[in-house]
Amino acid sequence: METVVFYIFAALAVAGALLVITHQNPVSSALSLVLTLFSTAVLFVLLLAHFVAAIQILVYAGAIMILFLFTVMFLNLHPEALRFDARNMAFKVSVFLVVLLFTGYFAGMGFNKAFPGGSAPSPSPEGFGTVEGVGRVLFTDYLLPFELTSVLILAAIIGVVAIAKRRES
Amino acid sequence: MGVSLEHYFVLSAVLFVIGAYGVIARRNLIVVLMSLELMLNSANLAFVAFSRVHNDMTGQVFMIMSITVAAAEVAVGLALVVAVYAHRGTLDVDILKILKG
Repeated sequence: METVVFYIFAALAVAGALLVITHQNPVSSALSLVLTLFSTAVLFVLLLAHFVAAIQILVYAGAIMILFLFTVMFLNLHPEALRFDARNMAFKVSVFLVVLLFTGYFAGMGFNKAFPGGSAPSPSPEGFGTVEGVGRVLFTDYLLPFELTSVLILAAIIGVVAIAKRRES
Repeated sequence: MGVSLEHYFVLSAVLFVIGAYGVIARRNLIVVLMSLELMLNSANLAFVAFSRVHNDMTGQVFMIMSITVAAAEVAVGLALVVAVYAHRGTLDVDILKILKG
């Protein structure tokens, strides 16, 4: 059962990703990206990361994609600005990347017997992936990084306002 | 029970490569940003899968941090997109060669 769900949503995620990079219209790309992000959220549930799955849908598929769609519609692009033309080099570079990455993956861990993921997943401890469990780790061991994230967001807000503001000349 | 966790890492690699192809091949600045999101998302999948491998929630905490960074990056990136479009009237990545020193 779990295997079937995995393969269905893995296929959906890959299909969505392929549609993102092949669609001519950015709006279609954005909606395909939502498909990929949603399928990934389902996979997070399979990995017992329930809180993270909820965050994925709320923040990624919700807020970030709305931002993308808002920008695309705000710009009101000309049709000729949307033509799809892949670079000649791109395919070769990508094939090289694929070979490199998969060689690294399989050499590094896929066939490594010491890698604990080679077998079926072990039973998880109590409270794994719940709001309480993740919150406990987040607010004890990683409190300082968590607080520093707010500085990052503040910097992003100020940067966005400074960049996008109309200059009076 | 369940699929072997290696499946998740292979899927993560596939999604990463598709995103990398999008970043390299596409010239539309918005689609390049979306492909970047794909790559970040595949890294998140690897984080969560590793968190399951080791039964340690640190990976999920890092995934939350990664989402925050992605949100900040998208906000700044889209502001740059708006600024570029206002100045040049196009989203072709190649016109940004004018930034070359």
